[in-house]
Amino acid sequence: MLEISVIGLGLVLMLADLFVPAERRRFIGYAAIAALGVLLVTSLSGNGSCGQFGTAFGGMFINDALSLFFKQLFIVAAILVLFMAAEFSDKLAEGSVAEYYSLILFALAGMLFAASSNDFTMLFVSIELITITFYVLVSFQRSKLQSLEAGVKYLILGALSSSFMVFGIALIWGTTGELNFTKLANFLAQNPDVATSQIFLLGVLLVLVGLGFKIAAFPFQIWAPDVYQGAPTPTTAFLAIGSKAAGFVLLLRVLFTAVPSVTAHWANLLIVISAITILYGNLCAIPQRNLKRLLGYSSIAHAGYLLLGVAALSASGQSALLYYLAGYVFTVMAALFVITLVMRQLPTEDIGGLAGLNQRSPLLAATLTIAMVSLAGIPPLAGFFGKFLLLKAVIQTAQVTGNNGYYALAFIALAGVIISLYYYFGVIRAIYWSKDPADLSPIELSSPAKFSLCVCLAGIFWLGLFPNTVLNMTNLAAAVFTK
Amino acid sequence: MSILTYIAGWPLLAALALVVVPRNYRVIIRAIAVLATLISAVLAVKMFAQFVPGANGFQFEQQIPWVESLGISYHVGVDGLNVGLILMGAIVAFAAALCSWEIQTREKEFYILLLVMTGGILGAFASLDLFFFYFLHELALVPTFIMIGVWGRGEKKNYATFQITLYLSIGALIALIGLIALYLQSGANTFDIPKIIEHAKTNPLAVNAQNFIFPLLLFGFGILVSLWPFHSWAPLGYGVAPSPTAMLHAGVLKKFGLYGLIRIALPLLPQAAQSWAHVIAWLCVGNILYVGWVAMRQKDLNLLIGNSSVAHMGFIFLGIASLNLIGVTGAVLIMVAHGFLAALTFALSGYIYKQTGTLQISELGGLCRKLPFIGTALLMAAMAGCGLPGFANFVGEATVFFGAWKMFPSITVIALWGALVIGGIYMTRAIRNVLHGPLPEKWNSLSDANLWRKLPYALLLVSLLAFGFWPKLLTEKINPDAQKIVAMATGNAIAASEPSAPAVNFAAQNK
Repeated sequence: MLEISVIGLGLVLMLADLFVPAERRRFIGYAAIAALGVLLVTSLSGNGSCGQFGTAFGGMFINDALSLFFKQLFIVAAILVLFMAAEFSDKLAEGSVAEYYSLILFALAGMLFAASSNDFTMLFVSIELITITFYVLVSFQRSKLQSLEAGVKYLILGALSSSFMVFGIALIWGTTGELNFTKLANFLAQNPDVATSQIFLLGVLLVLVGLGFKIAAFPFQIWAPDVYQGAPTPTTAFLAIGSKAAGFVLLLRVLFTAVPSVTAHWANLLIVISAITILYGNLCAIPQRNLKRLLGYSSIAHAGYLLLGVAALSASGQSALLYYLAGYVFTVMAALFVITLVMRQLPTEDIGGLAGLNQRSPLLAATLTIAMVSLAGIPPLAGFFGKFLLLKAVIQTAQVTGNNGYYALAFIALAGVIISLYYYFGVIRAIYWSKDPADLSPIELSSPAKFSLCVCLAGIFWLGLFPNTVLNMTNLAAAVFTK
Repeated sequence: MSILTYIAGWPLLAALALVVVPRNYRVIIRAIAVLATLISAVLAVKMFAQFVPGANGFQFEQQIPWVESLGISYHVGVDGLNVGLILMGAIVAFAAALCSWEIQTREKEFYILLLVMTGGILGAFASLDLFFFYFLHELALVPTFIMIGVWGRGEKKNYATFQITLYLSIGALIALIGLIALYLQSGANTFDIPKIIEHAKTNPLAVNAQNFIFPLLLFGFGILVSLWPFHSWAPLGYGVAPSPTAMLHAGVLKKFGLYGLIRIALPLLPQAAQSWAHVIAWLCVGNILYVGWVAMRQKDLNLLIGNSSVAHMGFIFLGIASLNLIGVTGAVLIMVAHGFLAALTFALSGYIYKQTGTLQISELGGLCRKLPFIGTALLMAAMAGCGLPGFANFVGEATVFFGAWKMFPSITVIALWGALVIGGIYMTRAIRNVLHGPLPEKWNSLSDANLWRKLPYALLLVSLLAFGFWPKLLTEKINPDAQKIVAMATGNAIAASEPSAPAVNFAAQNK
């Protein structure tokens, strides 16, 4: 099974650390990348275990088109993060690189479980596997105060949200006696009075609180900027993509498989959360000078855009969400990769550090520019097509249900896009048009770094210009909920 | 492959090629840009010449499926409505590339953006798919902001960039919501414009849906076209923009919103268009009168030209609001004519700015003595701007007035007065203060354009005069397709069978 191979790979890496000489540690990472690449190819070809659809462990574990989509997404993200970690390894504590790699793989295993979880126990276990590895990953730069501070913040808030979630699960179990998503939905269909009981609804709400923390949606977004800023950059990338995507797959499963009858009544709640998240993220990003902090706020805004797809309560909304996530992976990865490479020698990740980047390394400058343009949602890149699909889904729901809140939501999303133009273009301006750059020395790029940058760029353009393949995948994945 | 793909494709391809050219090969960079726009201009002329007026359906069509599950395809084609616009766009783009000699810093980036903008606009006008229509317009719009922000001039540069970015992004996004709502509401499940129109003939949109979507499109596109009272970005934006950008935006890109209204809003949302026609007509009085008055007060030549360009948009809106064959034909005519005119005036003011370093009217004077060619060209442009017969603008404006008379007699009188009197006053005053009178001593060293530099101005002037003297070139192409649009917009077949507009013939024979 895919998950077992990933955990095994992580253990092998830890063991390999004992035998491989210190100067060749980088190769451990490349070996892990190669192994993940094999897993990705097998999962894509449909021969691997996750190509066989069905359930296991008494319905706790499910393999379907949705889980397949997310597993591929997670593996691609992990491969790129490992590349990034290999570049970042100089900044990590002496001799701990292999440990870092294996922690990334453990987090990946947690995400793969999350993609397949069909049961509240499984949901909790996978979330904890992800979150606990991230406590370590965030505070991995032991000598750096900011990294430790970020780790402590993430630990306290993460533990708090986990406890809310457990409480919520307990309430759900107490009122219904079911933990399995599918069975719970059947139970609610037969006992509509339970579905409207206050205690049960409180339980669902508390589970959503826990998931809202993972995806950094308002009002559980406070941790994101601090943690993004303090964490080592590869961790930030994995947190922004993997952890968020895992939160979304669980959110989708809970809302649309486990409690669809409740979700249908919560359209307005989702609309409000999505709208406030978009506005909060975008408005707070405006004054930021630290690049990673800026991306932290922008990731809150993007969580808001992604929630548009949830709030639309339709298959096209879910499909749009998945498409947007796929584009988001490559875009954020490209941006953070460039930040890693440019800021390696600098103490902070200030926007000013980008000055003169177009002369120091045209490839990095172009990559960061394209990533920003895509995040801002300008054609012909991935971000535009994703936003287009999300908007289309929201307006479609507005027309079908006649709920004018959806039109308001569409306008707020557009207002968010316009606000975001300001700070994304601020980054581009810093690259090309800042006065008197202090440092004009060219930046050396290793060939794996160039390769992964090109992969990100290709992904951004591919999703923007040739959406067919991925759109078919997301449509299939979203069809899971309408069965 | 359709010739349209080449017209829009060459500039985009050249932009890609420029990415790999080293930045110190200035001559090569410039040559590539000029050559690419020249090729698309020549191809556009060829296409215009080969166009068969009144043929059924679209010509030079090409369709490649793109996203089948959503019904998006790359679909280009021309009919009478956009054939003139594409020709105008390609010629203006070539002239803008020629005028770009005034850019001396970061030429490589400038030419890349200019070419992307050109390809985007021409593609947007050619496309018959709602998604690509919007997508390519957005592709052209973003370079505009960057060009103004980086190469703009004057102290108000940042403010103007900020304002134009905000206004136009909001406009584009409102229009996007309208277009998506239209796509969903039409029920045709395709982004293909001809198919949606075909579908709407049998299943018209519900009236309350129309009344919701039409204002989105009207104000979304209206902001893009500087419809009063959303026009304040335009004069300031054009005032600080480098002249090639102002030429392309004021001349070509701005027509996108109007084209969208005619191509999409009128045939698909007929009831809403009829009930909103009065609103449009009154708003265009704002354009013509109010902005005309504002133009009279301007002390800066570029702001004056910018305001007069906003005022001209009023005539086009009036033509659209009249919802009859003559009015819509006239609107399309002015769109083409104003494209040449706006490009010409901004190019000329750019030349004067480059020479003198100022556009304050009070500091200029007597320039005709030192710059006979530029001065004469500016004089002719100003005369075209007040609607002097012989220039293409006159034909369009006259046609619009004939068309609007039936629907809005009182507004037409106001508009006529605005066109003839207000336009005449500010244009002739500007000419007197800039070109005539005593020549301040500091301008003794000015030199006129050399032969090569004269080319873009001459090209634009010739186009203006050509369509002024032979408007039939355009009207015979516009007429049959405008008729289809009007027939759908008014919802009766009588409009289609109406005898071919006498006023158009009058305008055509008038010279």
